[in-house]
Amino acid sequence: MEPGAEILVKCLEKEGVEVIFGYPGGAALEIFDALHQSPQIKTVLVRQEQGAAHAASGYARASGKTGVCLATSGPGATNLITGVATAYMDSIPMVVITGQVSSGMVGTDAFQEVDITGISDPITKHNYLVKEVSQLPRIVKEAFYIAGSGRPGPVLLDIPKDVSASLAEFKECKSLDLRGYKPNLVGHKGQIKQVIQLIKEAQRPLVCAGGGVISAQAEEELLYLAEKLHIPVVNTLMGLGSIPREHPLSLGMLGAYGLAKANLAVQSCDLFIALGMRFDDRVTGNVQKFAPQAKIMHIDIDSAEIGKNVWADLPLVGDLKIVLNQILECLPKEKKESWWLALENVEKVEIKSVEKEEGIIPSQIIAALNDVLPAEAIITTDVGQHQMWAAQGLNLQKPRTFISSGGLGTMGYGIPAGIGAQEAFPKRPVVVITGDGSFQMGIPELGTCLEEELPLKIIIFNNQALGMVKQLQDHYCEGRHVSVHFKKLPKFQDLARAYGALSLRVEKQEELSEKLEKFIQHPGLVILEVLFSSHHNVYPMVLNAQGLDEMIYGRNLTR
Amino acid sequence: MVKHTLAVLVENRPGVLSHVAGLFARRGYNIESLVVGETEDQGVSRMTLVVAGDERVIEQVTKQLNKQVEVIKIQDITNEETVDRQMLLIKVSADQAARQEILQLMEIFRCRIVDIGRRSLIIEATGDEGKIEAIVQSLRPFGIKELVRTGKVSMVRGVK
Repeated sequence: MEPGAEILVKCLEKEGVEVIFGYPGGAALEIFDALHQSPQIKTVLVRQEQGAAHAASGYARASGKTGVCLATSGPGATNLITGVATAYMDSIPMVVITGQVSSGMVGTDAFQEVDITGISDPITKHNYLVKEVSQLPRIVKEAFYIAGSGRPGPVLLDIPKDVSASLAEFKECKSLDLRGYKPNLVGHKGQIKQVIQLIKEAQRPLVCAGGGVISAQAEEELLYLAEKLHIPVVNTLMGLGSIPREHPLSLGMLGAYGLAKANLAVQSCDLFIALGMRFDDRVTGNVQKFAPQAKIMHIDIDSAEIGKNVWADLPLVGDLKIVLNQILECLPKEKKESWWLALENVEKVEIKSVEKEEGIIPSQIIAALNDVLPAEAIITTDVGQHQMWAAQGLNLQKPRTFISSGGLGTMGYGIPAGIGAQEAFPKRPVVVITGDGSFQMGIPELGTCLEEELPLKIIIFNNQALGMVKQLQDHYCEGRHVSVHFKKLPKFQDLARAYGALSLRVEKQEELSEKLEKFIQHPGLVILEVLFSSHHNVYPMVLNAQGLDEMIYGRNLTR
Repeated sequence: MVKHTLAVLVENRPGVLSHVAGLFARRGYNIESLVVGETEDQGVSRMTLVVAGDERVIEQVTKQLNKQVEVIKIQDITNEETVDRQMLLIKVSADQAARQEILQLMEIFRCRIVDIGRRSLIIEATGDEGKIEAIVQSLRPFGIKELVRTGKVSMVRGVK
């Protein structure tokens, strides 16, 4: 006989868990106590529970494995919520464990009691309140299976204190019986035939690779499809890295802050092949005006995504790796014309028009970063202008090297996600691209970096403002700036020192390369701050209700 | 908007109803009625949902329901030959003078009187929506004191 907490830890070990990001508390005492004895599982103590959820999510995205986080009941559990929602929106496999007050106290508004299964219901793929210790092996097995299969997502287990404490015999659960959960993996044969037919007929096909390509590990199939037929590829934010950015067929990110040629390609194509994406409003712009000349072929593992936002002329449900292999078996032989090449020049015109600026231009920082970053570097970002500059300009070469909060747009994600990525790959460089606003939401987790000796490389795009909101105010509030300029900022250099980090600062463009070289070479935690003016906005930009071809290139610049 | 009737088999477990109801609320779908109860298999409950919406909404409702781990099977039985039943309990004012007339009316509808008070009767009725509606209308002139009705349960006719 052993306590539920030890049974839980054994189950986690059987699932191959190597690391848990957590924060202890009364209702999770037994679980931490049991973890202490595990030779396999490392427990990383974060500084706030949200950091634990983000770290688990960063770990999952870097490694492809299911991330695990753990918190106590009440505030511990509610602090996880933003991280769980972030993972849910971006379909990240995670198992979230919360302590709960003892079963007998549930429903009495006990100290640190909160109905976390109720609260998390809309933002989890599934959740469980464990009522009996004997259920633990089955529930843990189901949780990992549900989190990691089909369209991945977070699954929450709420474990009352008495369940962790009560004694039982450990009986491994060997088989699953989930009659209500059976993801469709193989594509319908009739639909596959139609896919081939549509591809054959198309003269200007375009592939849009989303996060689903990365979760399904279908990047090789994607590349094969694109090269074999000579079809260009655009990426959603979540799909970045699924095709090497410098590949001649890669057109970069589409969407509200997408690259001009990517957006124009969408508007000019006659077949839009959507792979593992969900037509988010930041991707489509005005849905009515989206890809007006194109038939839409939508391939996704989640049938509920097909037809939700954009009508699909040809829907196909399945696992992308399997479905793409099915398609590749019967591909037509003829290559397509290079129909998109006429769109290539647009970008160059746009970049030239800003190069006359004084001081550092944000795109120069990204370009300089590209010069020093090795291909295996993992980049995490926060949310805001820096994120979009990074997404537009980074020369990503591999999947799972760009980790960013897409759907929820969660500031404060970058540093803890970086911690997770670094735990997954201790030897690879992990670079956190953040802004002065987002950085201040992530500061507590510098404590975790210090304690765990994690050599994160943090670069702060410091324009002394919440730049993206400022940009929205430029365009939607007639330039009235409210609550976006920081009148006073802490000295990030002193802060860096307090956390034992090397501190670097760049104010002039000439210093960029040299400081970035130092930044990337430093073996420990390093914080590099780059200062530039807040008047720089992210362009091109698609304003509300506009189509993707109606981008603006500056405050008063349209094409 | 067309009303659709969905027969949904779910795991008979605590929390399933709130998962389904929550899904409808947060996705902005309108439930006209929802009835849930155990089936011939103790581990399975059956929900009969009446939802208003166009084809696209119903398709989304169905797909989103299907994503719930506890949902085993969904059938849109709107266009099937079905037997539909609702149940009604209605307390109606009935003094001596009205009583006879009400009893005759209820005879026609084949309803049962299940309680007799000094000034009121409780009537129990089952039937499809049209019949229930007709009963309520016929009793309205006497003065309805209290009314409670279930949502619809449906079953497809014949062997399928």
